[in-house]
Amino acid sequence: MKIEISRGKVHNEFSQKVEEISGQNLFACYQCGNCTAGCPVSFAMDLGPHQVIRYSLLGLEKEVLECNTFWMCASCLQCTSRCPKGLDIARIMEAIRLVILRKKERLDHLEVAELSEEFLERVPQIALISGFRKFTS
Amino acid sequence: MEFLYFPGCTLYTKAKNLDEAGRECAKALGFELKELSNWTCCGAAFPLAKDNIMALAPPARILAKAKEEGSTLTTLCSVCFNVIKRTNRLIQEDEEKREKINTFIEMDYQGDVRVLHYLEILKREVGFESIRGAVKRDLQGLKVAPFYGCMLLRPAEEMEFDDKEAPTIFEEFLESIACEPVDFPYKIECCGAFQSVGAPEVATECAYAILISALRNGAEAVTTTCPLCQFNLDSKQKEIRERHNDFPGIPIIYFTQLLGLALGLPVEKLEFHRNDVDPRPLLEKKGLL
Repeated sequence: MKIEISRGKVHNEFSQKVEEISGQNLFACYQCGNCTAGCPVSFAMDLGPHQVIRYSLLGLEKEVLECNTFWMCASCLQCTSRCPKGLDIARIMEAIRLVILRKKERLDHLEVAELSEEFLERVPQIALISGFRKFTS
Repeated sequence: MEFLYFPGCTLYTKAKNLDEAGRECAKALGFELKELSNWTCCGAAFPLAKDNIMALAPPARILAKAKEEGSTLTTLCSVCFNVIKRTNRLIQEDEEKREKINTFIEMDYQGDVRVLHYLEILKREVGFESIRGAVKRDLQGLKVAPFYGCMLLRPAEEMEFDDKEAPTIFEEFLESIACEPVDFPYKIECCGAFQSVGAPEVATECAYAILISALRNGAEAVTTTCPLCQFNLDSKQKEIRERHNDFPGIPIIYFTQLLGLALGLPVEKLEFHRNDVDPRPLLEKKGLL
């Protein structure tokens, strides 16, 4: 994947929006990769959480919003718990989800109507409610 | 002893086996769980966006109700415990948000209810020594892997539950009921949580990694405190077997069911038929039924 980095994009409006919603300072990350190493779902992610943080800081909005990392995040807080810089990475992933979910187009990640009857019979409401909160606007 | 109890939505339906056994064990151990009146869903996810105050309203209302009826609030479900405890702490520490929340829910709550998990009552109020003395059925060193998951432990500075990397409360509990706790490296990992809705195959892989690790370390069963962990680890074993032919299957038993078994409660009160992977063949083989 070819990525163009420019000084004009660094810490742009997108970066600042992520910082504002998450309450985290993206500059604090020094790319140690502890978050990605300990993430139980990193195997399914296009980019590791540490890469998403750096991309966000560099203002690479399109590249970040097109990757699946923040949709794969299960908010288990293992990354947050182990970050040596005290960054709450799970909050950063939530902020990126919300950058999308708060757009007026309401691009939900989950189509509730498509969940099968059989699945709804089985699944506990705790999974549905938390899933809807994470994946729908 | 009486403790105000918040069951939460899932314990009323899909996780009756966690709830019923918990209530019965409380009676057997000499404390009572008094159910909070007119409770609602806690929201099932602590909001991680700094500006999402609306999602704090349901847990705040639950806490404010609890204050009217007592001074503590106990849960069995790890997710409810996490959401309610984190909300309580935020209300204690953030004056501006406290005011906003109170205005919104039209109640006045200052964060002064103590939020407890059932395991904490067993450890601190009843005491594991007393539980050891109350054991009526010898579980004879049944090898059980304690699965903590995420919600009891993290974030550690807010949950103040146990060591975030090497917790021991679950092992102490298992020892008190004559089980042999099985240490395994995945005990504090994530079961896949709500990804069972968003990316089911990812949650299946998380569950496989946890269960195969427990099996390789000699576990005969895995125990949980959380209906979401239970769903991912127990109900998804069919999917796991479809993807991994080396996976033999393993019963997942709520900790309250194990406790009830050890306390000699009638087996029908423990609702083992609700567990997807039936634990009864294992328990029969061990001569425990």
